[in-house]
Amino acid sequence: MSNRTVNINVHHITRVEGHGNIVVNATNGKIEKLQWQVPEAPRFFEAMVRGRSYEDIQTIVSRICGICSISHSLAATKAVENATGIQVTEQADRIRLLMHYSEQLQSHVLHVGYLVAPDLFGMPSVVPLVAAAPGPVKTIIGLHRLANEWSELLAGRITHPVTLRPGGLTKIPTEKQLRELQERLRNCLPNLKAVADVVLSVAGNLPKFERPTEYVSLKQTDPPTYAFYHGEIASTDYQGTVAVNDWKSVANEYVSDQSTAKWAKWHRESYAVGALARFNNNAELLSPTAQAVAKMFGLTKGCCNPYFNSVAQIVEAVHVVEASIELIDVLLTRGLKPETVAVSPKAGKASGAVEAPRGILFHEYEFDRKGNCMSADMCIPTNQNHANIQKDIEKLVPEILDEPEDKIRLKLEMLVRAYDPCVSCSTHMLDVEFVK
Amino acid sequence: MAKPKIAIFDFACCEGCQLQIVNLEEEILDLLGVADVVEWREAMSEKSDEYDIAIIEGSITRMEDEERLKRIRGCAKVLIALGACATIGGVNKLKNNFEDLEEVKKCVYGKAAHKPHLHTGMTKAVTEVVQVDYCVHGCPIDGKEFAYIVRSLLLGKTPEIPEYPVCVECKANGNPCQWQYDQVCLGPIIRAGCGARCPSNGFRCFGCRGYVDNPNVEAARDVINRYGLSIDDLKTKMVLFGSRQEPTIYE
Repeated sequence: MSNRTVNINVHHITRVEGHGNIVVNATNGKIEKLQWQVPEAPRFFEAMVRGRSYEDIQTIVSRICGICSISHSLAATKAVENATGIQVTEQADRIRLLMHYSEQLQSHVLHVGYLVAPDLFGMPSVVPLVAAAPGPVKTIIGLHRLANEWSELLAGRITHPVTLRPGGLTKIPTEKQLRELQERLRNCLPNLKAVADVVLSVAGNLPKFERPTEYVSLKQTDPPTYAFYHGEIASTDYQGTVAVNDWKSVANEYVSDQSTAKWAKWHRESYAVGALARFNNNAELLSPTAQAVAKMFGLTKGCCNPYFNSVAQIVEAVHVVEASIELIDVLLTRGLKPETVAVSPKAGKASGAVEAPRGILFHEYEFDRKGNCMSADMCIPTNQNHANIQKDIEKLVPEILDEPEDKIRLKLEMLVRAYDPCVSCSTHMLDVEFVK
Repeated sequence: MAKPKIAIFDFACCEGCQLQIVNLEEEILDLLGVADVVEWREAMSEKSDEYDIAIIEGSITRMEDEERLKRIRGCAKVLIALGACATIGGVNKLKNNFEDLEEVKKCVYGKAAHKPHLHTGMTKAVTEVVQVDYCVHGCPIDGKEFAYIVRSLLLGKTPEIPEYPVCVECKANGNPCQWQYDQVCLGPIIRAGCGARCPSNGFRCFGCRGYVDNPNVEAARDVINRYGLSIDDLKTKMVLFGSRQEPTIYE
């Protein structure tokens, strides 16, 4: 064991969504304080939606997060429909799934390409990376733009969807638009593969660190699908699945002094959600090219290196593109029909879940007979990861305490970034504080 | 001449407006050719206290944030409010409709609500705390409008922001009126500039760009009467982004 005295204080970690701090204090090799803190200003969405109409809920709560607004909108819309007994048509359900896939691609490309890649190349941001690797950066920009235009086509705009309404959609794409989208998706596969190759060339810079933990995600068995949008709650520590309405028995949320965001635990002291969790629960259901990309990185089921979450995101980016190409075939084969939605909401309480890019997301609402919201509860992926990040830091720091301080700092920042935290969602977070 | 220095800061918000800047993709690189971005926590590791233009996203909910914002104002020659949270308070202001913030805290955090780090105050727009030179409206902002405003400033020109309601753009797009579908649409009183994005996608306007400077209250009343609705129906929609916003149509 080292005799080092180390004080690191990363106050407001950069290149993450939201505010978080990392504090490390060690004196003569004895660790005094290791903390992942979340000081984001809380916004109280669960309180704010009370009294609002069932048809306005999605408009409000999509604002929980600018990066995963489609996921929040979809989770909310599903929960509202479940609670008020409103049925959604098969066609609308498929188009929503296609919309959901667009956000996975957008968010994963943004995270791996703009936020994580600079660390792997030893640069402070993507801006100097443009000069160092113009080709790959251009490819990433092209993929990000494609994902955005795909969201815009189906959600009405890139961020904060305006086409979702309880029971269906306010607008559907034309068959011509879907065929064009499908063509672009086919054409982007080689580009995704090129990005994977570039990341693979620097993947040696991903720290070698492992800590077995519980991985929680959706699982869809009917038909078996790599789940993002349907299914029940599954875990690597648990046989079988838990119904979405029972998510509170999974998340077991509690308030930590370190954080304005809530924390969660299930079978262990912490669990992880996100791309790696989905991979660990559902890897055999990935599309063929996605499986090939996983193999390329040596990513296999049971991986417990949190830094490999970014690799799992690349694998998933490929998967959602291939799955969408197939989904568009289904939509086109059945033919698009305009649908009018007549709804009569009933009183009730229920939940909805989707996989946001950064992990499983739960929304729950209760409505009165007039369709006004009486109570709400949301459980955000990053909240479910906070305790796991803390436990990772507690195992990682003693292992690397002999390394130069800037290396310790970088590995800690990279660890937090790997989780793709969305702190505005969970409220906000991140800083590294070293005390000497 | 030295390149002007730009810094981007965020307060309570979803950071979706910053994302619209990221989404400009190559256009940001053009912007970087004529200006230096010296601080942008979401995208870069660099930090700085020296800047000419400060761009502020988010609304203000805590005393420490109010002080931080005032410090930023003190450093910046020009301050731009970015998006509805900064310009009018946005959805964050829904909380202000509950008189008792202690109850609001308890609703979300239960027994832990008293913890000091969960303290919160009434939500304020950036415009209510410091002097704002320019507003980029919307939730989220339109990236193109943002680029236009910044480009205008860098060229020493005053950007022109529409002072007419969303209905003007909606009509120009040839959309059927949302009111005909029993939707309480705020188009008649909300500032245009979004290209009537929501009604063009079959969704009612919910007012994210704030009220137009002189909202035509009488016209709004006519519409309400024509569709047999009450001021209360309108109020329940206006509250989403416009809580305690002046002027109010019903006072």
